[in-house]
Amino acid sequence: MPAKPTVSAVEMGARQREISVSEFFTKNRHLLGFDNPRKALLTCVKEAVDNALDACEEAGILPDVVVRVETVANGEPAPPASQASRFRITVTDNGPGIVRQQIPRIFAKLLYGSKFHRLRMSRGQQGIGISAAGMYGQLTTGKPVRIISRTSARTPAHYFEVEIDTKKNEPLIRESKQITWERDRGTQVTMEVEGRYQKGRASVDEYVEQTIIANPHVELTYYAPDGEIKKHPRTYAELPPSPREIKPHPYGIELGMLLKMLQDTASHSVSGFLAGDFSRVSPQLAEEICKAAGLSPRARPRDVHGEAAETLYKTIQATRIMAPPTNCLSPIGERAILAGLYQHLKGDFYTAVSRPPAVYRGNPFVIEAGVAYGRGPEQGPEGRQKEAVPLAEGEAEETDHELARVIRYANRVPLLYQQSACAIYKAVLDTTWRNYGLTQSRGALPAGPMVIFVHMASVWVPFTSESKEAIAEYDEIRKEITLALRECGRRLGVFLRRRERAHSEQRRRNIFELYIDEVVDSCNRLKGGTLPVAKLREQLQRMAMKRTGGEKTDELLGRNGGGPEGLPHSIIVTPEGVEGEVPVAVPVNGTPDAEPNAERRASAESATEGHGARRRPRAASRPPRRGRAGRAGARAGRRRA
Amino acid sequence: MAMATKKARKPTAVERKLVGVADLVVAAAQRQKDPTLAIPVRALSNITFNERRGLLEMGKRKQARSFFNVAMAKKFMQTVLVADALCELQRANLTTSLREIYYRTKHTITGSHENTLDTQDESDPLIEDLEVTLEALREELHVRAENAGSVVGPLVLEDDGDRVDCARLGKGGYSVPSIVEPEYLDIKRCTADFVLLVEKGTQWNRLSEDKFWRRYNCVLLTGNGQPPRGVRRLARRLHEEKSLPVYVLVDNDPWGYYIYSVVKQGSINLAFESQRMAIPKAKFVGLSSADPEAYGLPRNVGIKLNDKDVARARELLGYAWFQKKPWQEEIKRMLTSGLKYELDALANKDFQYLTKRYLPRKLKEKDWLD
Repeated sequence: MPAKPTVSAVEMGARQREISVSEFFTKNRHLLGFDNPRKALLTCVKEAVDNALDACEEAGILPDVVVRVETVANGEPAPPASQASRFRITVTDNGPGIVRQQIPRIFAKLLYGSKFHRLRMSRGQQGIGISAAGMYGQLTTGKPVRIISRTSARTPAHYFEVEIDTKKNEPLIRESKQITWERDRGTQVTMEVEGRYQKGRASVDEYVEQTIIANPHVELTYYAPDGEIKKHPRTYAELPPSPREIKPHPYGIELGMLLKMLQDTASHSVSGFLAGDFSRVSPQLAEEICKAAGLSPRARPRDVHGEAAETLYKTIQATRIMAPPTNCLSPIGERAILAGLYQHLKGDFYTAVSRPPAVYRGNPFVIEAGVAYGRGPEQGPEGRQKEAVPLAEGEAEETDHELARVIRYANRVPLLYQQSACAIYKAVLDTTWRNYGLTQSRGALPAGPMVIFVHMASVWVPFTSESKEAIAEYDEIRKEITLALRECGRRLGVFLRRRERAHSEQRRRNIFELYIDEVVDSCNRLKGGTLPVAKLREQLQRMAMKRTGGEKTDELLGRNGGGPEGLPHSIIVTPEGVEGEVPVAVPVNGTPDAEPNAERRASAESATEGHGARRRPRAASRPPRRGRAGRAGARAGRRRA
Repeated sequence: MAMATKKARKPTAVERKLVGVADLVVAAAQRQKDPTLAIPVRALSNITFNERRGLLEMGKRKQARSFFNVAMAKKFMQTVLVADALCELQRANLTTSLREIYYRTKHTITGSHENTLDTQDESDPLIEDLEVTLEALREELHVRAENAGSVVGPLVLEDDGDRVDCARLGKGGYSVPSIVEPEYLDIKRCTADFVLLVEKGTQWNRLSEDKFWRRYNCVLLTGNGQPPRGVRRLARRLHEEKSLPVYVLVDNDPWGYYIYSVVKQGSINLAFESQRMAIPKAKFVGLSSADPEAYGLPRNVGIKLNDKDVARARELLGYAWFQKKPWQEEIKRMLTSGLKYELDALANKDFQYLTKRYLPRKLKEKDWLD
């Protein structure tokens, strides 16, 4: 006998009701990157900075961003940053500002934004980030998000305090007023959140450091909670070209998406819909598709559903269609990557590669890679000091087993978590770095003082989760990453071999000079101290000089440091100077308010000048290194990592 | 570093040879020539087997070690350093070990952080190089090895003025010094009929404990593995001066065969010393690959030959001094069975099987290989 149901369908029905997105994310905040206090702090900073940069770039303004993370004391004396559990995050930008009416919804309504509905390369994608950060703050501290925004010097600044109504997913305005603000234009957002501040891997500091490497056009000032102020001046005065918006490519959509588009379209005929709402579909091709699918080109899109729609979908996938346009992408560019790596990471060799655009599932993308190798000449004396103790038996084998560090980016945003799930990391592991003169254990990163930079730019980056931490593995993406890494590796290999050759020349010469004294002393002792020591030494030295090519080699050695000839988009740093496409870092002395266009022209000029400087004699071409604080930070970061 | 030399003392022949290294450098420098040492090649390719004498002889091939050659400069420098240290020993009339030579010559090179030598592995071959180049024995160079051998039997020696009766030293016997040249060790009396050289210390202990030597009137020698020079030289002296036949008892594996061949013909590495060390008439009593069958050793006390053993056995088959038919058969028999046997395996039958059955029968049947 079946057990009597304890709950009836009616009773169950009474409990069934709608779940708002905000409620869902309240319970599942780990999906958005708020798993633990440390990560939450990073996510909040990251979302605010991403938004600021997106806004500036879309408006054609060179971004100038101030990030301030402070500890908040609840009445008690403020604990040290590493002990604190509550932080106030303030991110200020010089962007276009936000019109008053939109402010509450942008900051206190999930899935509200400008980026979801268009295919355009940007940092944010879904319109969840900043409002989720605000909601997290609200949940953990009860404090509203505070926003100041001003669109121009002629308009007043607005101050808002907003909360999110988690049931309705609607903003609740707690405070709204006009205020005076020292900035002419821009937005400032302040959140109070529960978090934990700890330096090291996947910290706010690392995020800032990696952000400026991939975004050398950004001026970023970071006030860390422990009182440290890191100013990262702009090192590349050129705004990346603004990416175009594109329509979806037919290969990139799924059936459900097609059905939705058929319903939403403004076109009156299927052929018009196909030609108008997709990229790379000409009216002629649209007709062909309709014919092949057995549809009348004149049919109303709204009437196409069910089987007909499925046939249409299959026909589209079977038709040969040109690859999507790639002007929707805005890669960082080899020169800018070089600038970023060179300014912020210590090294002896830098190189950068931008792959031509490719396509996965109808989405165009570009892979860029870079490598910074070595410890930089400045560490030379330090290293020598360490060696000053004569080595005991067995000590010589203790070599440095430091592994390379991989820094990953998607649309210029650093990815700090889930490294091993990411297509980039896997591609780095699968590259045979041994071919390029590095050591690499099976299934491990290559060994050496090296940072590997990989960036994927796409209108739609396929993340493995909402919190955007790892790039999914599509064969096309993996292949492009591998090709870019190989090219970097090849150049690095050329550099390493060349350097090795220079060293061995140096050694050759040193060997004789070193050993002559030992031989002379031993001979003298053998002869009972009766040898004309000076004479013998002089005779041997004369021979040594002759054998190593005399002064000619001296000259050769001075010059043979290994120039970047044959190595495109590379920089080589030697104790004597720097060679290669050294970014002539032009500090933009124009105010942030300068006409964006004028600024761009100016930077374009400086760029050509930089190109001309490529072959200048080395000693003269070394520009004063900029961003000292930044590099110091980078160095510290690398050590910790 | 230089020792105060007594003006009156006449330099020894070896000392003069060592000083010759310095002379060579000075002479070359004067003529602006690259100082070069000609070192006889110590490898199989430079070894000939003199069948008439039954000895390994070093060929004439020499390798040049020049100072002004990047690959050799450091080695050349080290060689001169070692020569200097050896000369110091001569002048002070001291003996020393390989390891002490290493420490004596190790220091940081002036003006760098490089060491003259990093490990002993670098200095050891240099000493052998000098031995062959200067045609001086290691004993003459005053370098000793460890006392890694023992002797017991009706033998009376005189060592540093002490009378040593090897018949009255209990089970432990006399520890054979590394230098047993007549100047250092005098053979006063020997009434034995033959010398038995045992590879393993454990089996030597067995024979010594069972007083095998008393019953069969022999001298028992062991080198604990590859016999050191002192043991080989002592066996050779007993063979030569007292006309005693020498029998070798080793494990039945390729390494055992090679130990026997080193005792008999000399080693590849130091072939030039074979005329003073080798005992061409030495006989191989066992363990032979025929013994397991002859003595009824069960198969399960054998050990499977590993890849290294097989490779080594094949190498032995190719050596000129293993070309006699019985030897080819002996080695091939082992390869066919795929097994090696340790001397210790005889204990499977009886703890005293070696003393009471195996050796008596071997000697009675004159069952040995030449």
